Amino acid sequence: MKKGSTDIIIVKDLVKKFGNFVANDHLSFEVKRGEIFGFLGANGAGKTTAIRILCGLSLPTSGDLSVAGYDVYSQREKIKQNIGYMSQKFSLYDDLTVFENIRFYAAIYGLSKKEIVQRADVLMKKLQLEEARNKLIRDIPLGWKQKLALSVAIIHDPKIVFLDEPTGGVDPITRRQFWEMIYEAARNGITVFVTTHYMDEAEYCDRLSIMVEGRIAALNTPLALREEYQAKNMNEVFLKLARAQTEEVA
Amino acid sequence: MAISVDVRNLSKNYGEVEALKDLTFSVSKGELFGFIGPDGAGKTTLFRILTTLLLADSGTASVEDLDVVKAYKQIRRIIGYMPGRFSLYQDLSVEENLRFFATIFGTTIEENYDLVKEIYSQIEPFKTRKAGKLSGGMKQKLALSCALIHKPVVLFLDEPTTGVDAVSRQEFWEMLQRLKSQGITIIVSTPYMDEATLCDRVALIQNGRIMQISRPAEVVSTFPLGLFSVSSADVYRLLHDLQKLPKEHSVFAFGQVVHLSYREDELTRDDVIDFLKEKGHEEVTVEEIKPNIEDCFMELMQKE
Repeated sequence: MKKGSTDIIIVKDLVKKFGNFVANDHLSFEVKRGEIFGFLGANGAGKTTAIRILCGLSLPTSGDLSVAGYDVYSQREKIKQNIGYMSQKFSLYDDLTVFENIRFYAAIYGLSKKEIVQRADVLMKKLQLEEARNKLIRDIPLGWKQKLALSVAIIHDPKIVFLDEPTGGVDPITRRQFWEMIYEAARNGITVFVTTHYMDEAEYCDRLSIMVEGRIAALNTPLALREEYQAKNMNEVFLKLARAQTEEVA
Repeated sequence: MAISVDVRNLSKNYGEVEALKDLTFSVSKGELFGFIGPDGAGKTTLFRILTTLLLADSGTASVEDLDVVKAYKQIRRIIGYMPGRFSLYQDLSVEENLRFFATIFGTTIEENYDLVKEIYSQIEPFKTRKAGKLSGGMKQKLALSCALIHKPVVLFLDEPTTGVDAVSRQEFWEMLQRLKSQGITIIVSTPYMDEATLCDRVALIQNGRIMQISRPAEVVSTFPLGLFSVSSADVYRLLHDLQKLPKEHSVFAFGQVVHLSYREDELTRDDVIDFLKEKGHEEVTVEEIKPNIEDCFMELMQKE
């Protein structure tokens, strides 16, 4: 797989506190260009807090962070222009049509009218959504929605796309088609930063970090993690690391 | 074995959408029965009909020999239902929610405390906290406590583990096993294929139709094809190349490996190795493996 050696995300000693509560406790990691990086952790481990900071939506308490070459304190608008974001909870507008959603997001990401029309056509053809062009999002199947949501999140060729639990609830075949799209995006040089509760999906990532109680408890390739924790799958690795944590603490 | 839930030829449409197509099955008393399938398969529609909240278009259903239409009032007294969406009162405290549900069923927390003790005691230290302020795993425990507080005979749990992390999911299934040991019939739905193995029997459901009902071990042992786990240095290219194998087969990614299902009279391990070497793959491994539930589900989906 083509991967640049350049780090597209650099995080050094990230600390984020809410009052006395430490949500991110000295996180340090790098993500390489074109890498599929899995960001795992139990509910309440601090994943969302860290993602919001990386997306330029919230400021760290302390630490040095660079995202797509921009500083998270002083260049947050630049960061937002160079990333895409998709989550299962917030993706497309149900009461707009397929085309209207594409046009809306493409315009928000600053594409010109001409580019929007061109890319919308290419995208709908690729997803075989041409006949659904004028259908409301609420009337198309969940699997189509997810594929469209991912395509829309990268319509502006961002350097990084953040996928926050993108695949919940779809059938296993659709889920795999979705991951093929993720692979394709990574091949095209887009760095993929993904969170998921499906531990089998974690195995699709190039590298994984597992957060426990605000800290990164492990970071490596899926294979190396399985060997290190003598586990037969990622679920076992995750349980071994996260078992100690009681959610009452979070 | 005595029957707890019996469903005959049940169908339900929403306009032109066929949500349930001619479902027939029964669940034995004391059984832990799972519906495994993706969103939109019809799981919630079925649960709403069985819990007397929705009428079917045709067919019959009974719970503990009570008809879901004629005897809906009696059914409501003897079942517990945990809907997919968190449905407790966000602005009431943990304890107030539990007391509320106990009261509408004419009982008290104290009277049935033994039944919920194991689950409720984990959230009891936070009993004055508003339900809306709980974490995902704690909400789930409170919702289960509320569904149990009137000592139901049959428990319906609609996707109780969706969106919950792997640790809480495992704890939740351990709780279900303990409830089952107390004789409660449990009907649970989930989109997580790996949870199927924790049920006594499962129904694999897709597009409103039950594709198969059996014990989890039987689902796997009746897989009609051979299965290889294949890996190479470049998984993405491996997947695309294997799709071009000139024999009838199907190929799905499973993390760092690819599962290749094939007709045993048509393909051998050496065929696959030779084919991949020809395509220039390095570090090729091909291993004969047993299918998991997800392999089986996808095979059934393709047949449909």
